[in-house]
Amino acid sequence: MKVRARDPKEVWEQELGSSSLRDDGIETSTISGIPLKPLYTKDDLPGRAPEFPGQFPYTRGIHPSGYRGRLWTMRQFSGYATAAETNRRYKYLLANGQTGLSVAFDMPTLMGQDSDAPTSRGEVGHCGVAIDSLADMETLLEGIPLGEITTSMTINSPAAILLCMYIAVAEKQGVPASKLGGTLQNDILKEFIAQKEFIFPPAPSMRLVVDSIEYCAKEVPKWNTISISGYHIREAGSTAVQELAFTLADGMAYVDACLERGMHIDDFASRLSFFFDAHIDFFEEIAKFRAARRIWARWMRDRYGAQQERSWKLRFHSQTAGVSLTAQQPELNIARTAVEALAAVLGGTQSLHTNAMDEVLALPTDRAARIALRTQQLLAYETGVANTIDPLGGSYFVEALTDEMERQAEAYFKRIDEIGGVIPAIESGFFQKEIADAAFRYQQELEQKRRIMVGINDFTVDDEEEIEILRIDSRLESEQAARVREVRARRDQAKASNALHRLRKAAAGTDNLMPYILDAVRAYATEGEIMQALIEVFGTYTETAVV
Amino acid sequence: MPTATKPVRIVVAKVGLDGHDRGVKVVARALRDAGYEVIYTGLRQTPEMVVDAALQEDAQVIGLSIHSGAHMTLFPAVVDELKKRDATDIVVFGGGIIPDDDITALKKRGVAEIFTPGTPLQDIVDWLRRRFPEKSSS
Repeated sequence: MKVRARDPKEVWEQELGSSSLRDDGIETSTISGIPLKPLYTKDDLPGRAPEFPGQFPYTRGIHPSGYRGRLWTMRQFSGYATAAETNRRYKYLLANGQTGLSVAFDMPTLMGQDSDAPTSRGEVGHCGVAIDSLADMETLLEGIPLGEITTSMTINSPAAILLCMYIAVAEKQGVPASKLGGTLQNDILKEFIAQKEFIFPPAPSMRLVVDSIEYCAKEVPKWNTISISGYHIREAGSTAVQELAFTLADGMAYVDACLERGMHIDDFASRLSFFFDAHIDFFEEIAKFRAARRIWARWMRDRYGAQQERSWKLRFHSQTAGVSLTAQQPELNIARTAVEALAAVLGGTQSLHTNAMDEVLALPTDRAARIALRTQQLLAYETGVANTIDPLGGSYFVEALTDEMERQAEAYFKRIDEIGGVIPAIESGFFQKEIADAAFRYQQELEQKRRIMVGINDFTVDDEEEIEILRIDSRLESEQAARVREVRARRDQAKASNALHRLRKAAAGTDNLMPYILDAVRAYATEGEIMQALIEVFGTYTETAVV
Repeated sequence: MPTATKPVRIVVAKVGLDGHDRGVKVVARALRDAGYEVIYTGLRQTPEMVVDAALQEDAQVIGLSIHSGAHMTLFPAVVDELKKRDATDIVVFGGGIIPDDDITALKKRGVAEIFTPGTPLQDIVDWLRRRFPEKSSS
């Protein structure tokens, strides 16, 4: 007798239908709200051509050899207190196997103010290192061979000034600008959208960005002139889809601005880099990274007509999610960070920062910073995850989720286009509202226990143990303020004020401002003075606060 | 819900240089949803600007947010500014990345309460209801 074999999918569907599913009220959608099926099958990926790493559209990675060729760069973001103290931390990290530097600046530096400005009160050296002039940059990089390492600098409104300081220190070390490698964040659009460290209005802000891209294309060709950042958009509360869409939309806005300047796409596109958050929703993050590469490749080749393959390849840095960390039971942050870092690695990141467990409380201690770095080393050398290229490629679920992220991002590009582009969307508060809505929605889901944060709304303990935290000495502020006053007193005054005068004149015209800023930096004009000169011409920007 | 008395007015402000406004916006919305009148000042407010806003708006409460580590300077500066303007009846509370030891010190300096990351919004609302029971909106 012949029994017709039943289709196994039908059997499974029937069995699923008759079994009872978990009913604990906890969301089964992704953290961004994409509904998930309990199972994905080949029916979710109809008519798919095989994809390979190193080939357009690079869903599976930009290098044919993946991490078999070269591991990601372990790049821990750090900086605190004075240039001298941070220099000591850099040497400690390099001695412990870190492979690149990443500078965190304090709030006054990020906002273009000197340490002795009245509004710098209480802020000097707290969330990064205080850099007021070339003298501080010389101390920060003392004994570090700039021709041999790469450095990432997280700074935006005053980015051009800090890059010029770096170039000037290299000159003193005898390293030509053409040999320098590193990354400047320099992404002003996401400041308007999310992190809000803007100073000038959008138009002159964009001019400075394009000036630095144009200058570096000729003079500092190995420098990544911009790190187009989703990280801050995500940390401000966006969903993964919004992070993906808004970041890539920003990227296209920079491309448009450079083209408008008259640059050729293939002369700058390969030096654009990206920076994403590696959040806690494991598969959604992996899908986000894979979708980002695919979308960018298509836009660069098909819409912008870039000819060179390297212009199509989206390279990115990632950092584990600060907002996912908890002050409660802070050791759990080590586990969270490990999971997030694994997502970044499986998503094919080029470089990675892993957060320290105590960063939700203060700047990391040496011990916490070492554990964070060791977490990456553990992933790279102990777990074997780097031995296979894009190991999740072909996963029904991950591929389907990658497609969905791409589809939803494209829908956002349409909406942004309808508003008239990124800058009009900023000015109308579109991004800010989308992000605030998402942040509020997520908070409500937590309050209703539809999402769980361990140690926050479930699995709590009554007696929280205190952990050691790093304190910034309050004397530092007056010492740093004295240092910048001394720099101003001891320099060649005529040289400094002439350089500032020339910069002001150039800012009123259309010249590329980089050579003027470099001259001012070399003359030990301070960051605050250079910014002030530009503010006199450009003015400042205030956003309309939307709640 | 109709209220028997005038609702409590709260000026919510970001002091200091950092622009991390996720928390302050979420709290502002939650307080508004709970029936309070909320005025959000926006970013980079000096202590003087915050107190100006509170006096102009006739607010009973000031809520401060900071994430840059400058809380030990700027929160007490708001309290001092209130003293200078003879407005110490205005209650000051705050939130942000603030270590436990600092919370104790800030309370000694006249900050009524500090809420740290992970605080349920309801805790903040409950705290305000206890502070202003007669003006509770529901």
